[in-house]
Amino acid sequence: MHLENASVTQHRPVAGAYRELSFETTRIARETRPGQFVHIRVPNLGESVLRRPFSIYRADGAVISILYKEVGKGTRALARLARGDTLSALGPLGNGFPTPADGALPVLVAGGYGVAALYLLAERARSKGVLFVGGSGRQDLLCAGDFEKLGWQVVAATEDGSQGFKGRVTGALDEWVKSGLGNRTPEFFVCGPMGLLRAMADRAKALNVRAWLSMDRHMGCGVGACLACVQRIRLPSPPGAWKWARICRDGPVFEAGDILWDDREDG
Amino acid sequence: MTNPAAGSPDLSLAVAGIRLQNPVMVASGTFGYGPEFAELIDLNRLGAIVVKGISIEPEKGNPTPRMLEVPGGLLNAIGLQNPGFEKFVAEYMPFLRGLRIPLIVNIWGRTIEQYGNLAARFDAVPGVSALEINISCPNIKQGGLTFGSDPRLAAAVISAVRKSTRLPIIPKLPPNTSDMPALARAAEDAGANAISLVNSFPAMAIDIRTRRPILANITGGLSGPAIHTIAVKLVWEAAKAVRVPIIAMGGIAGPEEAIEFLIAGASAVAVGTANFTDPATALRVIEGIRGYLAENGIPSVRDLVGSLRLT
Ligand SMILES: Cc1cc2nc3c(=O)[nH]c(=O)nc-3n(C[C@H](O)[C@H](O)[C@H](O)COP(=O)(O)OP(=O)(O)OC[C@H]3O[C@@H](n4cnc5c(N)ncnc54)[C@H](O)[C@@H]3O)c2cc1C
Ligand SMILES: Cc1cc2nc3c(=O)[nH]c(=O)nc-3n(C[C@H](O)[C@H](O)[C@H](O)COP(=O)(O)O)c2cc1C
Ligand code: FES
Repeated sequence: MHLENASVTQHRPVAGAYRELSFETTRIARETRPGQFVHIRVPNLGESVLRRPFSIYRADGAVISILYKEVGKGTRALARLARGDTLSALGPLGNGFPTPADGALPVLVAGGYGVAALYLLAERARSKGVLFVGGSGRQDLLCAGDFEKLGWQVVAATEDGSQGFKGRVTGALDEWVKSGLGNRTPEFFVCGPMGLLRAMADRAKALNVRAWLSMDRHMGCGVGACLACVQRIRLPSPPGAWKWARICRDGPVFEAGDILWDDREDG
Repeated sequence: MTNPAAGSPDLSLAVAGIRLQNPVMVASGTFGYGPEFAELIDLNRLGAIVVKGISIEPEKGNPTPRMLEVPGGLLNAIGLQNPGFEKFVAEYMPFLRGLRIPLIVNIWGRTIEQYGNLAARFDAVPGVSALEINISCPNIKQGGLTFGSDPRLAAAVISAVRKSTRLPIIPKLPPNTSDMPALARAAEDAGANAISLVNSFPAMAIDIRTRRPILANITGGLSGPAIHTIAVKLVWEAAKAVRVPIIAMGGIAGPEEAIEFLIAGASAVAVGTANFTDPATALRVIEGIRGYLAENGIPSVRDLVGSLRLT
């Protein structure tokens, strides 16, 4: 975990409203594992006291990048950064995804910017697998080509049917399951909106396979100190017992069976 | 403890009988129990560390969402989640004892008896320099703020703690009082060795789209730059009213706000919300105070405390 002043090396549009912001952070880049995130102090956001968390999309040599779109004042300020500007980066944070189990077929399931958290996993996995990626239209299908270049099979789903399966990404996945999973047990790695995480937790349970879910939650410190980002996690006994886990430090990835879902949770 | 070289300003001072190498602490609840930030900054350079509030039994705290950024600060309603006395001592004291800086443990209870009982237990724990008594948390339903907003109840809690421990005790008072001097005097008379000011301000935010409160707890506490000037006034009022030292907090984002508190009469300060913005804030504040003293030819930080000029 490091606090570094990073210099922007590249800032480019990717697809639809998404951009990739790359910056030089030698120590963070060197230590990054798939599924970890970086907590960014956005420059020129004077009134804001909190950093903004983003999955580390790529880590290459001394440079890491994030994939984001403008949704509020922090990301709007990020969008104005240009090559040579500096930002403060805190990371790599969180535990990230475990290495895919030997013998299992890694199946990545992404919604929206979820692909950002999954790309490094695909790049570094020992065996290639399948990426299911969904969005409302083809403009939301981020980076599918990058996964294909790595030799992964990509299954796309769009709600408007503009590319691939028409419907939700879970619909495409259900079809694939019905058509027989092949001879390898799938192991799911999921990042996306809360609805997708819950839907994948249900499927993993029904199929009796493991699913690793990367969760988002509004964050304060990002390092486990403030207890803003907590998630209920089941305890082995007695039945119904649970404890809080800190998504920033103990997550953001949890095994689906460990998560105690709560309808009042934010997402 | 570093001995300042001749010519460089002296930042050391004693507060509530605790020797501090500098007057800059980290505020309870914003710095965990220490290990969380240990990879990022050298904890041994801090004046002291104040850990997240501890109760006798483990406490689960509030449901989420627990935090919301607002202009100039944030609302939090963590609800004093903590592992409880025993687990805290077993899990975190070995790490905290390894630090060379004073440790202040923040404690809270739901009844006066719980406060006294917990203070007695900490009396027997080696490595604790002082107890900060939280009688001002806006985020728990019973106890908390109600103790701090009434000078008689505050005095009752502080007296109970006073009788239960030989450790220095530092009540942490709420900001929403109509008579800070009276509250501060009540705390001093009940046996406080120093006073911490201020906790976060009771506050609330509503999502106008859904017409629901944004925090699951409905209300929360406001902290950060937005509360700083209110805190300066309260610290100034309290410092005039009592002889015991004041530890000031509220919206410190850099050295300037800390220096303001010292001038207003605080002997020490604590950095809270700004630890989230920049984990190195407290270290920056220490260096900034050193620079300010040097620039202004002030030999010791003790000369700055309460140096407000009104004429
Ligand atoms: C572990 C993690 C990984 C993330 N990875 C990515 C990513 O790769 N790409 C991407 O585009 N976004 C990602 N997000 C979401 C991203 O953090 C938010 O979009 C961003 O914080 C919005 O900031 P804002 O100032 O533009 O929005 P505002 O709504 O103005 O922000 C106000 C506050 O709410 C918080 N906030 C708002 N939306 C979210 C959200 N969805 N999740 C968490 N906090 C939020 C902000 O951090 C800020 O504290 C991730 C979130 C987490 C927790
Ligand atoms: C997330 C969070 C948790 C806090 N938890 C505690 C606590 O457990 N006990 C306590 O006495 N004060 C707690 N506080 C209050 C701070 O210690 C401090 O008094 C307050 O935030 C004002 O300082 P600031 O503006 O620098 O943050 C907490 C504040 C925040 C933001
Ligand atoms: S964001 Fe502070 S504990 Fe997770």
